[in-house]
Amino acid sequence: MLEIKNLNVHYGVIHALKDVSLTVNQGEIVTLIGANGAGKTTTLRTISGLQKATSGEIILEGKDITNVSASQRVEMKLSQVPEGRRIFPAMTIVENLELGAYLRRDKANIKKDMDNIFELFPILGERKKQLAGTLSGGEQQMLAMGRALMSRPKILLLDEPSMGLAPLLVREIFNIIVNINSTGTTILLVEQNAKMALSIAHRAYVLETGSIVMTGTGEELAKSDEIQKSYLGG
Amino acid sequence: MLTCFIATKGGATLDQFLQQIVNGVSLGSIYALVALGYTMVYGIIKLINFAHGDVYMVGAYVGFAVTTYLGLGFIPALIISMVTCAVLGMSIEKIAYKPLRNSTRIAVLITAIGVSLLLEYTMMYFVGPEVRSYPKLLSPKVFKFGNIIINMQQIYIVLTTIVLMIILQYVVNKTKVGKAMRAVSADKDAAQLMGIKVDNTISFTFAIGSALAGAGGVLVGIYYNSIDPLMGMMPGLKAFVAAVFGGIGSIPGAMIGGLSIGMLETLVSGYGNSMYRDAAVFAFLILILILKPSGLLGKNTKEKV
Repeated sequence: MLEIKNLNVHYGVIHALKDVSLTVNQGEIVTLIGANGAGKTTTLRTISGLQKATSGEIILEGKDITNVSASQRVEMKLSQVPEGRRIFPAMTIVENLELGAYLRRDKANIKKDMDNIFELFPILGERKKQLAGTLSGGEQQMLAMGRALMSRPKILLLDEPSMGLAPLLVREIFNIIVNINSTGTTILLVEQNAKMALSIAHRAYVLETGSIVMTGTGEELAKSDEIQKSYLGG
Repeated sequence: MLTCFIATKGGATLDQFLQQIVNGVSLGSIYALVALGYTMVYGIIKLINFAHGDVYMVGAYVGFAVTTYLGLGFIPALIISMVTCAVLGMSIEKIAYKPLRNSTRIAVLITAIGVSLLLEYTMMYFVGPEVRSYPKLLSPKVFKFGNIIINMQQIYIVLTTIVLMIILQYVVNKTKVGKAMRAVSADKDAAQLMGIKVDNTISFTFAIGSALAGAGGVLVGIYYNSIDPLMGMMPGLKAFVAAVFGGIGSIPGAMIGGLSIGMLETLVSGYGNSMYRDAAVFAFLILILILKPSGLLGKNTKEKV
């Protein structure tokens, strides 16, 4: 589905990603874990086209998209929920969701998908006309996910969906991620909450100062001594 | 203070006051049209487009040319001028500002001043520096309400402005491209993740803002009857003050700001000394910047973490 080969990214003289390679297969949940500043967000931003790669290849469903613009990648059914949610605060919930479907023209289906989003996140359905900026952190996260789903992505990139949320809400968000995955959407998840991420991931990669240092199934990594020590506090 | 002044002086003064308000609304409508372009461009790329006043000047000349040489009427002249200015605005953005998208804001600002001078003196090269008078496009009819006089030009100016603002509100709030504009001005990265093409959206914003300035140029031509290649400088700065007063980046703010500055100016001319009207506007700018730098409807610039 998605293949990254030897990706390098620089911010000026800082070498943020060093030869990162990873694969996400159709139908999987793959997670990328690592400490602050390891390059997780940079990896996602480069995949979604917000950040330019210095070298390397990004291949989506067999097509090289390394030099394709971010908006065209959305058209190719790749969608990202950015770090910090980045909803449009001065717009209503409905307007935010409509923007998620910006590239689609099938009005009837857009309406249907929006109803599905309201079913998935009932709290959003109760507040359709409310300005997104007035929602709580958890509700904004749900809106950001709903907005990304409105483009009907084949692959969804999630950047720190649990950031700043209460533990109970984190669990709910992760349940919803599993739920979205079960309807056939492939997921690449970046998380600092390694424990939760590994518990739902089919496979995982560990990123450390810009390089992939370990990979395996979610279960394998959750049991590994090194991961236990560095990321799971055990 | 004004009202008590009026109460003591009686009817004649009230008439005079209302007359100044009528004049102020007409002039203010023109400022509002120009201020909208400043505020929309600022909203989307955080640039004070100092060439905007000169786009308005070009609009006035296009209106002058098509009415004088082609004999067209008011409405066709208005439309042709708006279209020409839209194209001009998009070209300025593409040629001068787009290559500097990722450079410092001061570099773009200096470029804007350069574009402003370029437009002024290119126009002067082609049409000469002399003042030209607009042909009479509207009937010289005046309407009298008691002692208050409203002329045809003022009615056209206010009506045109209202219609354009309703269209603008519709475009910005209800259409897809309007939503894209709001999304890009709120958050460029997030907008790209929706599949919005940021460059096209910025281009469109310049087109709309410049078209409104073009309309303002034609309206000021029929109102004051005279145009010259440097006519954009002072109204451009005043429209900028209007945009700051309303809260830069806010569309309703630009409308309110434009009307307020227009009225301030006519009231100062009417009651004080018309020599001081420019000074009054800029003194007002200083006051806003000291008392409420974000303007009437401006967003609080405090950053949320």
